[in-house]
Amino acid sequence: MKIKKTFGYLFLLGIMLSMGSSFAQETFPKNDVLDARPDRVALTHATIVTAPTQVLENAMLVIQDGKVVSVQAGNQVPNGYLEIDLSGRYIYPSFIDMFGEYGQPEVKRPPFRNPVLSREQIQSNTKGPYNANEAIKSQYNSSENFTVDKKLASKWRAQGFGAVASIRRDGIARGTAALVALGEDTENNLVINSKVADHYSFDKGTSTQDYPISAMGTIALLRQTFYDAKWYGAQTDSPFSDLSLDAMLVNGNLPKIMEADGWLTALRADKIADEFGFEFIIKGGGDEYQRIMEVKDMKAPMIIPIDFPKAYDVSDPYITKKITLADLKHWELAPTNPASLEKNSIPFAITSFPPENLPDFLKNLRKSVAYGLSKTAALSSLTTVPAKWLGVDQDMGTLEAGKMANFIVTDGDLFEPGTQIMDNWIEGKPYVVNEPISESILGEYDLSVGGLKAVLSIIGKGPKYQAELTLTDGSKEKVEFKMDGDLPVLKFTVKGSQYNLKGWTKQEKGMTVLNGTGTLNFGEDQPWTARMKEKGRGTLGAQKIQDKGPVDLGEVFYPFLAFGSPEKIASRSILITDVTVWTNEDEGILMDTDVLLENGKIAKIGTDLSAKDALVLDGTGKHLTPGIIDEHSHIALGGINEMAPNSGMVRMQDVIDPDDPGIYRALAGGVVAAQLLHGSSDPIGGQSALVKFKWGEDAKGLLIQGADPFIKFALGENVKRSKNNVSIRFPRSLMGVEQFYSNAFTEALDYKKEWDAYRSLGTKEKRTAVEPRKNILHETMLEILEKKRFITAHSYQDKEMLMLMEVAERFGFALNTFTHALEGYRIADRMKEHGVGGSTFSDRWNYKWEARNGTPYNAPIMDREGVVTALNSDSGETMRHLNHEAAKMVRYGGLTPEEALKMVTLNPARLLHLDDTMGSIKVGKSADVVLWTGDPLSLYSKPEKTIIEGAIYFDLAKDAQLRRENSKERARLLKKMEGLEGTENVSTRISLERLEFHCESLEMQY
Amino acid sequence: MKNKTLYTILTMILILSSLLEGLDAQILPMVAKEQETPILLVGGTVHTGDGRVLEDTAVGFDKGTITFLGKASDLDANGIDYKIIDITGQQVYPGFILLNSIIGINEISGVPHTNDTLEEGDYLPNLQTVYAFDMTSTFLPPLRFNGVLYIESIRSRGVIPGTSSVMSLDGWNWEEAVFKRAAAIHLDWPSALSSYYDAETNSRMLRPNTSYEKITGELEKLFSDAKQYEQMPTAQTNLKLEALTNLFQKERVLVIHANEPKEIIQSITFAKSFGIDQISLVASEGSLEVVDFLKENQVPVIVPPTYNLPRNDDMDYDAFYGLPTKLQRMGIEVSMYHVGSLSNSINLPFYAGTSVAFGMKKEEALKTITLHPAKILGIDDKLGSIAMGKTASLFVSKGDALDIQTNALTLAFIGGKQIDLEGPQQLDYKRYSSKLGQNE
Repeated sequence: MKIKKTFGYLFLLGIMLSMGSSFAQETFPKNDVLDARPDRVALTHATIVTAPTQVLENAMLVIQDGKVVSVQAGNQVPNGYLEIDLSGRYIYPSFIDMFGEYGQPEVKRPPFRNPVLSREQIQSNTKGPYNANEAIKSQYNSSENFTVDKKLASKWRAQGFGAVASIRRDGIARGTAALVALGEDTENNLVINSKVADHYSFDKGTSTQDYPISAMGTIALLRQTFYDAKWYGAQTDSPFSDLSLDAMLVNGNLPKIMEADGWLTALRADKIADEFGFEFIIKGGGDEYQRIMEVKDMKAPMIIPIDFPKAYDVSDPYITKKITLADLKHWELAPTNPASLEKNSIPFAITSFPPENLPDFLKNLRKSVAYGLSKTAALSSLTTVPAKWLGVDQDMGTLEAGKMANFIVTDGDLFEPGTQIMDNWIEGKPYVVNEPISESILGEYDLSVGGLKAVLSIIGKGPKYQAELTLTDGSKEKVEFKMDGDLPVLKFTVKGSQYNLKGWTKQEKGMTVLNGTGTLNFGEDQPWTARMKEKGRGTLGAQKIQDKGPVDLGEVFYPFLAFGSPEKIASRSILITDVTVWTNEDEGILMDTDVLLENGKIAKIGTDLSAKDALVLDGTGKHLTPGIIDEHSHIALGGINEMAPNSGMVRMQDVIDPDDPGIYRALAGGVVAAQLLHGSSDPIGGQSALVKFKWGEDAKGLLIQGADPFIKFALGENVKRSKNNVSIRFPRSLMGVEQFYSNAFTEALDYKKEWDAYRSLGTKEKRTAVEPRKNILHETMLEILEKKRFITAHSYQDKEMLMLMEVAERFGFALNTFTHALEGYRIADRMKEHGVGGSTFSDRWNYKWEARNGTPYNAPIMDREGVVTALNSDSGETMRHLNHEAAKMVRYGGLTPEEALKMVTLNPARLLHLDDTMGSIKVGKSADVVLWTGDPLSLYSKPEKTIIEGAIYFDLAKDAQLRRENSKERARLLKKMEGLEGTENVSTRISLERLEFHCESLEMQY
Repeated sequence: MKNKTLYTILTMILILSSLLEGLDAQILPMVAKEQETPILLVGGTVHTGDGRVLEDTAVGFDKGTITFLGKASDLDANGIDYKIIDITGQQVYPGFILLNSIIGINEISGVPHTNDTLEEGDYLPNLQTVYAFDMTSTFLPPLRFNGVLYIESIRSRGVIPGTSSVMSLDGWNWEEAVFKRAAAIHLDWPSALSSYYDAETNSRMLRPNTSYEKITGELEKLFSDAKQYEQMPTAQTNLKLEALTNLFQKERVLVIHANEPKEIIQSITFAKSFGIDQISLVASEGSLEVVDFLKENQVPVIVPPTYNLPRNDDMDYDAFYGLPTKLQRMGIEVSMYHVGSLSNSINLPFYAGTSVAFGMKKEEALKTITLHPAKILGIDDKLGSIAMGKTASLFVSKGDALDIQTNALTLAFIGGKQIDLEGPQQLDYKRYSSKLGQNE
C-alpha cells in the first residue's frame, strides 16, 4: 500500500517519527512492548540539489532510518514507503557549521583585573593535573558537555543548518569540538562525532592567570606549548602528568581550528602553524578582502563569517563626522568578502558565527550571492567543504545513498531572496520551519454573508496569508484570515458590524469555494460563501532588499583606512636638484647639490646630474636629510606589555599592525624607521621589531630584512611594581632585579650545557636518550650571551644603569642602549667605557619620581663624552616632530645643527646597527630621505616628501589630494546609506579613537 | 598593622618632603629684588605682542612699569636716570602667559603627595587656586628659561573646579607672586557623548552620555539659584553662590571647557542666558564646526598644543598643527594652553612657533601666548604686550623666541625685577660637565 500525502504531511510525519525516537537506542530501558515503526519515506517530484554542482529535476529522495536510501530521477515509489509529493519544492543537503557554540555551557568571563595594580596571579587556578597555564584547556571535550537546547536548535534549523561542530569558546587551547545534529532527541542520538576538531584562539577567555595578557604573549605561549607537547610526548617516563598535553597529543591528528578576528590575526596564526609544519583552519573576521593577496599567500583553509555591518544612522551631521572612512567602506564592501575569497581560489567554509548573526544568516548568505559569490560556492562552503574538513564527508554534505538524511526543503531556489525553508530534516526527521500556506486558497472571491456582498482577496505573504475586502462602494477593509488545519477562519468589521466566520473548503471546477457559518456581532448564525473567481499567487518575497546591491562599489584601500590608496606605493627613480644636503658624512652640509635615487638606493650625489625616466624634484630653497629614525616607539603594534617577569620569548614582530594611521602621521614628520619596542612592565621584555614605515604594506613588508635582533630590558619603578601596594611579584627591589638578571643568564647557560651534552651524544646513545625540552625563553637569553641579540634597556637612574652594566660585564657581553637614560649624564664616562649608547628624551622629566632628575642637557653631555646618543619619542605624538626635539640640543646643549640632526638620524641608526644602510646620505645607502620645505631644525619647516627606498610614502601635494578624495568617498558612502531600511541606532558603533601607546601601556584598553 | 602602614606612609611623606626642600634650598634660583634702577634696553627689535615688530627700538621701564617705547634718539628721559643695556641684534618680547595650567599645584603626577588638586565635590566655584600655589615647583625655572613668565593656575577636576589665579613666576611664596588673585571661574561642561572600550574592535566607541541632562540640569539650577541669591541673599551666607555672583557682576571671566559642537552651543547659550558675557572657550577641533556661532557671540578660543596627536583615524595629520591657524583665519581670537605631561609645558612658545609652519603669521602666533591670554584673563591693561604704562614683564632673546634653535634668553624682567634665568637644570649641567671634564 502506498500512502500519499501532499503538503499537509508534516503534522502526521512529525507525530509518527517522534513516537519511535526515545526507543531508538536499544540500550535504553523500555517502558512498553517493543514499538519500532517503519521509518521509510519517499519525497517525490522535487528538484533535488544533491551536491553543489549536481541538480536532479523532478526527482525522488528515498530515506529510511535516518539515512538516504537513494536519490534518483523519476518518481517510482517503492513499496512500504510513505510518499510525500514535493512538486514545486527544492531539496538541498542541510548546512554544516564548522564553528558554533551550540549546546555548550555559557562562558562567563571574569571582570578585567589590571595585573599591574592588583595582586598578581602567577600560577594556574585550574584544579587537577593540568597544564601550567590556565588558558591551555586541551583536555576539554565538547561532547562530554553537550546538552540539547531545543529552542536554540529550532533557530539554527530555520537558517538551514542540520549539524554544527560545536566548541566552548574558552581558552587559548580550547579542546575538541563535537559534531552534533540540530534535531530534538537524546544527546546520545544527536552527537554525530564526539571529536572532529581541536580548537585554538588568541583569547585566554576565563583564565585569570596573568600570563599571557597580550597578543604576542599568547603567540609565545602557543609556541612553547606546541614544543612542550612534542617533548612531553617523547618521554618514556614522564617527569610529571599533564592531562592537557596528553589530550593535545591524543588529538594531534584532528584538524586544528584557530579563531582569528580578521586578516591581521589570521596571518599571525598562519605563521605559528608554519613553524610547526601544520596548517590551521582559520576562522576569519570577514575582512579578508582588505588584504586578499596576503590571505591567499597563507594557503590556509578559512572559515568565514558573514555578519555584515549594518548601515549607520546618518541623520546627525555632528555624529556622522565621527564615523571613520574605514567603517563606511567596510559597510559597503564586507558583502563582497565571500566572492573575493572565491575569486582568489581561497578554500573556505561559511559560518553563522557570531551568534547574533544567526537570525540574519540566510539573508546575508543571499546578499553574498548578490555581491558575486557563486551559488555553487555558497552551497559547498556550507556542505561539502565543512564535511570534508571535519572528516565526515562519508556521512554528510551531499545527498547520496548511505549518507545521513540531513536536508532542507524549500519553496524555490535557496539563494534567491524570498525563498522559504519549509522544513529541515535531520537524521531523517522533519522539523517544520515554515508552515506552508495552501496555494489553492490564494485568489479573489465573491463573498456573500447575510446581506453583505464584497470581493475577498487572499494573498500569501511569506508563510502567512493576508486578506482584504473590497466593498461595493470601492472601500477596503482588512480581514484577519487564517487556516485552522483545513478550516478557513475570517474576522472583519464592516460599517461597525463584526463578522466572525468559520467553515470548510471544497473544489469546484478547479476553483476553491469557502463556505460555512459565522456570527454577526456575536449574534445569530449567518451562513456564508466565498466563491473563487480568479486564482492568485502569493507574493513570497517577505524579505526586503536592504540596499541597492553591489552597484558603484568603492575600491579597496591599502591600508584600509583614510589616506590609504587603491595602489600600493612603489619605488622609482628620483632626481632632487639644487638642494641643501645634510649628508651626516665628512662632507657635512652640501649646498646646491643634486641627489639621484635609483633602485631604492642613493645612486649619485653631485651637481648637474641627469637621469632618464627619473622624477625630477626641484630642491631649490629646500633641504634634504637622511630619514628620521626613532629608537623607541610603540606605534603600529597590537600590544605593548606582556606580564611575565621574563617576557624574553615574546616577539613584537608577531603583533605589528600595518594599518595604524600613526604610521602615516610619522611619515608626515619625516620618520622612515623605528624600533617597535615591548613595554617596560618586566625586567626582561619582549623582542623588538625593526621596521620601515612602508604605508600600505603588510606586517612582513614593514620589517627591515636582515636587521640585527634586539630585546627590551627594563629597570625601575615599572618592573618593581612600585605603584602596586599589593604586588606579590618578584622582583620588587633593585637588589631583586639584579638577582633576576643573574638568574636568567645562569639558567640559560645551564640550558646550553644540557643541550650541548645531548648533542654530543653518539647516534646510538641518542636513540635511548630523550631530547631536552626546547625552551624559547632560554634560547633568547642565550642569543644575548652569544652576542646575537642586543639589549635596549629602559632606565632612569644612574644606580640601576651601573648595576646592569656590571651584570652584563660579569656575563661577558655589553649592553647596546640605555633608553630614556634620564640620569645618563651622571655616568656618561662609565657608559662610554662599557660601550653602551644612550637614547633619551630631549626635555621631558618629572612625570614620575624616578624621572625627577631629567634634564635637556642629558643628551649633549652623553654625546660630548663619546656615547652614541639618540633622541627618541616613546610617543606617537612626539615621534612626528623629532626634528624639533633635535633642535632643542642646539638650544640647550649648544650642539651644532649637524650634530643635533644626527641624534635623530645617524645615531639611532648606529644604535640599531642600521648605519651601514641608513642614517646618512651617501652613495650606496638606502634611499631613505626627507625633503624639507626649509631648515629641518626650524619649527617653520615641515617635510614635503618622505621617501623610503625610493618610494614616496608621504607627499604634501598627495596628502592634499587624498584629503579631497577621502572627503568625496565619504560623501558618496553616506549618501548611499541615507534612508536605507534597517539602519538601527548604530551611532554607538562609531570607533572614536585609537589610543596612544607608550612604555607603560598595558593591554590595549589601558 | 594598620597603624604600621600609616606610620610608614607618614615617614615616607616626611622623608620625601624634606628631600624636596633640601633640594630646593640648594638649587632653585634666587628670588629677584625689586627694580631699583630704571632700565633702558637699547638696540633691540621689539615684538610688542599686539602684532607689531619695531626694529631698533628702545624699551625703558622704571618701578616695574614701562616708561618708554621708541627710538632711543627720541628719548626724553623726563628726569629718569636709565641704566642703559645694549641689546643690539637681540629681540624683545612680552613675557609669555601659560593659560589653564595645574603647574604649581601638581608636581609629579605619579607621586600623589606631591599634588594638591583633589577635592570633594563637583561644583566648587568658591575654591581659589592661589592658596595652593607652590613657588618652589621645579617646573618654574625651566618655564622662565624659555620665556614663560605668568601662569593661570587652576585645578582640572569636577564640573566647576574653582577660581583661577594669575601667578607671576617670581616670588618667595604665593602671596608675593600672585598677579591676579581671582581671574576666571572654570566650567567643565559635560560631554554629550561618552566613550567605552569595545574589545571586539579594540577601540573606543561612542555612546550618548546618560548623565549629560542630569549635569546640565544641575548647572541650570545652580546658576539660577546664584542669580536669585544675587538679587536677594538668603539669611545664611552661601559661599558657592556668592562666588558665582562674581560672574554676573563681571568680576570674573567664565572659561568654559567644551569640545563637541553641541556642547559648545549649549554651554555658551547657557552662560549668555544668565547675562554672562565675558566668556572664553577651551575647545579643540570641535570648535571648527561652530565658528560662526563663536564669532556671533565674540567668544575667544583656547586651543590645545599644536603638538597633539589626532585620535580619529580620518583626521588630517596636521589637524592640531593647523587648528590655531584655521580658527584665526576665520576670525577667532586664539590662545594656546598645554595639556598632557606637565614638563612639556615649557614648550609653550614652540607650540605657537609650530603653527607658523602651518600658515600662521609669526606675530599672530605670538599673540596666542601673550595678548590674547591677557585679554581672556582681563589683565591686558597690564600684561600681554609691550606698551607704555604696562607692567615691565618682558625678556630679551638672542633670536626668534618662537623657534627652538633661536630661543635664547639673555635677560628677563617680571614687573621690572630682573630674574635669574638659570635653574637646577643649568646648575646640574655645570656640575656634571665639570665632573666629566667637558668644560675644560
